[in-house]
Amino acid sequence: MITDIQTFFRELAASGVNLTIFYDAFDFDRFVTGLGNTLLLILASSFFSIVIGAAGAAVLTLSKGPAAAVVRGYVAVFRNTPLLVQMYFFYFAVGSIMPVGQNEIGLPQPLIGSFAWAVISLSLYSGAFNVETFRAGVGAVHSSYEEAALALGYNRRQAFFSVTVPLALRFSFASLANNLVDLTKATTVAYAVGVAELLYVSNQIWSDSLNTIEMMNVMLLIYLVLTGAVVFIINRVEAAMRLPGFGLGDGQ
Amino acid sequence: MTLSSNSQPLISLRGVRKSFGSFEVLRGIDMDVRKGEVVAIIGPSGSGKSTILRTINGLTPINEGTINVGEIKVSDPKLDQVKLRHRVGMVFQQYNLFPHKTVLENVAMAPIQVLKQPRRQVEDRARKLLAEMRLPDKADAYPGELSGGQQQRVAIARALCMEPEVILFDEVTAALDPEMVKEVLSAVRKVAEDGMTCILVTHEMGFAREAADHIYFTDRGVIVEHAPPAEFFTRASDPRTREFLSKVL
Amino acid sequence: MNPTNLLSQILEWMPFVLQGFALNILMSLLAIAIGTMFGTFLGLGQLSPGWIIGAPSKLATQLFRNAPWLVLLFYCIFLMPYQINVGGISIQLPSWLRATIGFSFPVAANFSEIVRGAVKSVPRGQWEAAEALGYSRRSTLFRIILPQCITRMIPPWMNLYALLLTATPLSMIVGVEEALGRTQAAVQAQSDSRVLIPMYLALLAMFFLYTWPINRLSLLLERRFRTK
Repeated sequence: MITDIQTFFRELAASGVNLTIFYDAFDFDRFVTGLGNTLLLILASSFFSIVIGAAGAAVLTLSKGPAAAVVRGYVAVFRNTPLLVQMYFFYFAVGSIMPVGQNEIGLPQPLIGSFAWAVISLSLYSGAFNVETFRAGVGAVHSSYEEAALALGYNRRQAFFSVTVPLALRFSFASLANNLVDLTKATTVAYAVGVAELLYVSNQIWSDSLNTIEMMNVMLLIYLVLTGAVVFIINRVEAAMRLPGFGLGDGQ
Repeated sequence: MTLSSNSQPLISLRGVRKSFGSFEVLRGIDMDVRKGEVVAIIGPSGSGKSTILRTINGLTPINEGTINVGEIKVSDPKLDQVKLRHRVGMVFQQYNLFPHKTVLENVAMAPIQVLKQPRRQVEDRARKLLAEMRLPDKADAYPGELSGGQQQRVAIARALCMEPEVILFDEVTAALDPEMVKEVLSAVRKVAEDGMTCILVTHEMGFAREAADHIYFTDRGVIVEHAPPAEFFTRASDPRTREFLSKVL
Repeated sequence: MNPTNLLSQILEWMPFVLQGFALNILMSLLAIAIGTMFGTFLGLGQLSPGWIIGAPSKLATQLFRNAPWLVLLFYCIFLMPYQINVGGISIQLPSWLRATIGFSFPVAANFSEIVRGAVKSVPRGQWEAAEALGYSRRSTLFRIILPQCITRMIPPWMNLYALLLTATPLSMIVGVEEALGRTQAAVQAQSDSRVLIPMYLALLAMFFLYTWPINRLSLLLERRFRTK
């Protein structure tokens, strides 16, 4: 079976479409590693960016003091500067003053590697957008729900977490899906700090095998599948959490 | 009911004033409600009726005056809100049930989470209340699956489940289709007949006339006059009251 | 070296970086112009009831909207010729120009969605009223619907421009000497790790000072249009 596939793609290569990843074990391994790293980047950064977004929106809603000003400043800076420059700033500039450890053979090795910096950078960037998303979700929940909770003796914090948040989440899905699609696309930027993600390994493969067009098309296709998968998953979660008589368009 | 003037009122408002920006909604409100009494507040829209209710449970803070519920001073900045709202329940015009909780959860959640009462006991009480509201089979439905009238009866059960001493009804039939008004009004009447102290803001003059012990008429932030219904509807003295009644009756 | 020297050393490099930033702005202005033009066609194409125009417009919009900007950039850099011949005249396509074309694709796709969204946000009743008055579909779109949409499209269009400007440093990866590339070059030339943080902060500040007012204005306009 596997040899059949390899034979097929070898013959295809002979006719001009050279997809080394489907018959060359080395290229295949590189490619799978890249795909795996891309998936890891997406999962880790999505998780942290959602945590950052939720925490930021909670601070903006519950506090009016310096904490809220810090969150607003964070959102403004990360939304209005390039992700790539942010990533370089973390990787090269902040990385230069970070403590350096040693690897197993005694050579200096930074404690935070390029993958970790990429996750930090992507999470902070996407997190800034998620703060706005969740904040807007909270804003979409009519204040009468919070009021009803207050009238039942809940304090502001309890009312926020047990009534406003579950409803706000349901108003946030469309915008969150958008942000996570953007995040998925943005993981390619990690290429620039040398993370061996999909774009990086594809570039290596086409440099070695001189099949630029084929690899680019494969890569593009994979990103379209990945962004489609993100939208599909969010839609499934949204459908699972849909409430009777409560949805977009009717705030009651 | 005989209103002995020497018995302590459960709720009393004295000189209550409230402004939203430069607009003064309440311009000195005095009101006394005794235990077990049913009081209806009527008046034209925008006269501050709903605001009066919302000041009593502290949802709207006041600028001047005093409000007492039993020994609790509502205008006290160190007010224990849980204690106050344990004693004062509220039912809203738009029901405001929590759409992400089932009917039973809506009724039972506050006593469990806020009053820290045992779940089993609260849920038994909640089911009994739902049965009294003639909704025994709706416990596991979500609010969005219910009609407006059913939702409002759940909201009444939710307020009752906190075992308050007084319930504030804020135009509870105003958002309902006409055919559902009756079922909600009879639910309110049942609550009143069971001895609950009730303050209701309403446009249903017929209901106010037969269910209330006392009627307050408000206009432009003041109480123009108040009297028992028999007297109020037949011998209103103030021209503003007479004008209003001539429009709505 | 004391801090004053460090500061003056960094300031010395600023004109060099700022020239690079001018290229970021130039690329963004060209790409927004090209992208807006093609995006308008794509957007109106998406609204076409027939599938001959509708389907390809939708497909192109989704394709370029969901593809990573960097991947589209790679396509344009590696697969576009270095020069093209138009009517016997050969035009050079330096990498910054090819990168600009690369940025125009996602801009066009995003603008296509802005156009479609704006037209869809006009209530159905407007179409019906126009139809009742004897307007054709085409003249309803151009005379009645689109004029109402223009104001609604301005805030998201400004956001798109801001997003585009912050994407332009990606072209540095494919060798365009814009602000980030020049910052890197400057840092290497100084070979002093203490300049790293201030140099990158200065670069971040450049982008922030240019982009923040645009996003801010967009937000203000959006609020203003909404209350109308």
